[in-house]
Amino acid sequence: MSSGAEITSQEYIKHHLTNLSADSQGLCSANSLNPCDGFWTVHLDTLGWSVFLGLVFITLFRSVAKKASTGVPGKLQCAVEMIVEFVDDSVKSTFHGKNSLIAPLALTIFVWVLLMNAMDWVPVDLIPRIFELFGVHYMKAVPTTDPNMTFALALGVFALIIYYSIKVKGIGGFIKELTTQPFGHWSLYPVNFILEMVTLLARPLSLALRLFGNLYAGELIFLLIATIGVFQLPVHFLWAAFHLLVIPLQAFIFMMLTILYLSLAHEDH
Amino acid sequence: MNLNMTLVGELIAFIVFVIFCMKYVWPPIIGAIEARQAVIADGLAASDRAAKELELAQGKATAQLKDAKAQAAGIIEAAKKREAQIIEEAAVKAQAEKVKILASGHAEIDTERNQVKEELRQQVAILAVAGAEKILERSIDAAAHSDILDKLVAEL
Repeated sequence: MSSGAEITSQEYIKHHLTNLSADSQGLCSANSLNPCDGFWTVHLDTLGWSVFLGLVFITLFRSVAKKASTGVPGKLQCAVEMIVEFVDDSVKSTFHGKNSLIAPLALTIFVWVLLMNAMDWVPVDLIPRIFELFGVHYMKAVPTTDPNMTFALALGVFALIIYYSIKVKGIGGFIKELTTQPFGHWSLYPVNFILEMVTLLARPLSLALRLFGNLYAGELIFLLIATIGVFQLPVHFLWAAFHLLVIPLQAFIFMMLTILYLSLAHEDH
Repeated sequence: MNLNMTLVGELIAFIVFVIFCMKYVWPPIIGAIEARQAVIADGLAASDRAAKELELAQGKATAQLKDAKAQAAGIIEAAKKREAQIIEEAAVKAQAEKVKILASGHAEIDTERNQVKEELRQQVAILAVAGAEKILERSIDAAAHSDILDKLVAEL
């Protein structure tokens, strides 16, 4: 919310959904000389918050990992071990091969996405107001409401899908998998290829869009609730309580699908 | 939706976090968990074993107790038998002793009676002699008349 002047709720929402961006020419703003719509724009808030939350995850877990003892664990170690065991169980129940990357990858995705989603619980005006005090006029604090964030995760996973598909099955095997099914006849191989490519490409796309869509919609509704005046308090509480389900669930789905896709990439038909 | 350089930045951050997690976070934590699981499993197995051993020991102890009781009963039985035997023997011995003592007593009494009889005879002889002396109012040479006296003594 820009200071002073009366603004409409439409402007309010639009303002809150605008990232703090910068490109080579400096900070951007919607109504100035540098509107920043090129590819070289960087969303400083998304990047900053996600890296900050990632560091929170890494520091917390690393501090436990350093002190990890096989004796009676402390409370923090217990909590961290619960998460690690939960992820480990999820990986073991889905992925049956031997791969030292998948479990840490799943842990990173789960906790990082969970933390980023959890920013949704912070009241929508709190963080922008604080930054406004320091003269920063745009601040979108939930990184997963930025498609750049979710697509980055999904593309990382997609790269691993391709890498392991080729590593396990060989290039020939991977191409064979893409062309010889579901129809066995050679004349239908192009059709197969199109179908399989759609399946393959739908994976990162659905991963990214599901997370982005859920969190963006959630954030949008929080903003709508924030515009309805004093009744926003109970309604906001209800919507935040509902996010007790949405936030961990989206993190969990992202993790599970990652494990599942990588497990499929390891399977030789 | 505007995809831009942010995506590349996030991708790099993602890769760095995953690599860090894979190298420095996951292995020690999962290692500690698995080591503890092994320790707990060992502990449970040991406690199972201990319970089984306890059961065995209890069985053994019960058997030993039973044995000991049987032995004790046997010993008591034997002791009772022995007691009866000892009493029996003692009774027999006492009986024999009694008979022996009685016999020896009788013998002693007999000897003493004989002795007394002898003494009495001699004294009677002396008295008889003294009486005779008084009656005769004269001295009789004891030596001269000893044969008569001896005859008298033998008659008594």
